[in-house]
Amino acid sequence: MSDPVLTPSQSEIETPLEEAESTPSRRAFLGVAAAAGLVYAGAIAYPIYRYLASPAEMAASESAVREVTLDKAQALPLASALMFHFGTSPAMLIHGADDSWVAFSAVCTHLGCTVKFEPEFPRIHCSCHGGVYDPHTGKNISGPPPKPLKAYKVAVGANSVTVSRA
Amino acid sequence: MSAPIYTWLDERLGLSEIAAFARHKRVPAHSQSFWYYWGGISLFLFLIQIFTGILLLVYYRPGAEAFESVRQITYVMHFGWLIRSAHSWCANLFIFSILVHMFSVYFMKAYRKPREVGWLTGIALLFLGAMFGFSGYLLPMDELSYYATKVGLQIPASIPFMGAFTTTILRGGPEVGDFTVQRFFALHVVILPLLFIPLLGLHLYLVQKHGNAVPPSEDAKPAAARKSIPFFPNFFQKDLAMWLISLNVLALLASVFPWDLGKQADSLVPAPAGIHPEWYFMAPFHMLKILGNVLPGASGEVVGILLFTAGLAIWVVIPFYDSENKAGARGRNAHYFGLFAVVALIVTTALGYWGIR
Repeated sequence: MSDPVLTPSQSEIETPLEEAESTPSRRAFLGVAAAAGLVYAGAIAYPIYRYLASPAEMAASESAVREVTLDKAQALPLASALMFHFGTSPAMLIHGADDSWVAFSAVCTHLGCTVKFEPEFPRIHCSCHGGVYDPHTGKNISGPPPKPLKAYKVAVGANSVTVSRA
Repeated sequence: MSAPIYTWLDERLGLSEIAAFARHKRVPAHSQSFWYYWGGISLFLFLIQIFTGILLLVYYRPGAEAFESVRQITYVMHFGWLIRSAHSWCANLFIFSILVHMFSVYFMKAYRKPREVGWLTGIALLFLGAMFGFSGYLLPMDELSYYATKVGLQIPASIPFMGAFTTTILRGGPEVGDFTVQRFFALHVVILPLLFIPLLGLHLYLVQKHGNAVPPSEDAKPAAARKSIPFFPNFFQKDLAMWLISLNVLALLASVFPWDLGKQADSLVPAPAGIHPEWYFMAPFHMLKILGNVLPGASGEVVGILLFTAGLAIWVVIPFYDSENKAGARGRNAHYFGLFAVVALIVTTALGYWGIR
């Protein structure tokens, strides 16, 4: 950076800056000031980042869950579904008309809408863009979804149903 | 910046006019120049309040969940305690800094012609700052803030004739509760900033328009004997240094003495001992108490508030009484009135704290 051209009125004024102009000490000072500025910026930015990221960090530890126990879900009627949270993301437990038990992630693999079990067809349907999945396997049958729904393992107990990662 | 871009922007924004203004702006240099920094410090602390306030807004929930959300900010969110502590400490430093600014302006007689509007907007900003403090104090809804608000609402309640009405509207009902938090929140984050920021803009514009006032001792000197320094970069560097010192003081206070969160407010739990308003409300609160004791009955309270209001009114209109830039009886009277105000504030504040000891 070149030094500013001083107008006569300015050059009459004594300033500490001008005395130190272009000397190594000035360069050293600017270096120290820049380093100190970086330290301050870091000391301010780091707590703010952690503060704002807190919910994301909490969600990350929640989504690390391996299994979810759904109390009294064994009483779910035939041909119906129960929506629940597996960690932080929506999931569905389906008790089929043929007394089969399956559980899937309820997040559409297309754009992430929550899907719906429709027993009258039967099918799993996404209202956002008309994606359709097979209610027994979670396989994508028609519409835009690129992948099947993620399936979970289901264990039906006397008082509850346990859903776990496959 | 490369020349074509600068020219393009300059034609549209008038950058060179601003640069020329900055180049020519000068600040008087004399034995009392130290007091010139306090307006800038106040501004800096206000900017920190906006910044930390927005961060608190990310997790704060007014109404019934107020305490729970502040508990979450303080104990669950990473560094939430630090951000809340910085906001609370900075609020106190801000009020302190504008009080120093106001008294230094007063004793340097910087309110005299043509700076009357600067004085009036400054007083209005102090009043809004106090309202910020009062409304913000309730938001955590812990025991201390709950009772401090109950006690503090005695000040508007003592306004003659319309005190009860004003207090009920302010409180959102007969008792401090969820509705009070909700409306204090609206006051704190929407209404007060909407009033404060444009007023601050006018205040800062006036400072640029009229420049720094010099104290009478300096004004008496011949023009050739008065010294000044360029605002940019000389005074600006010093301003920045003061800001850095303020930031360090705030960082130390906020981290070494983290702001406490008490138990959740519960109107059925008796008030803990030593409940009192924030220090900057102690003086008016205690003045009312003294006047209430000296003058018996309800009439005493009315006389008290009238006396107090009269003192405040004189303070506000002092530029119109002592407007001429010359030594004389009016200047001396204003000076003595200022000394009286400082002594009265310090003594009543001390007495207030002595009483709750």
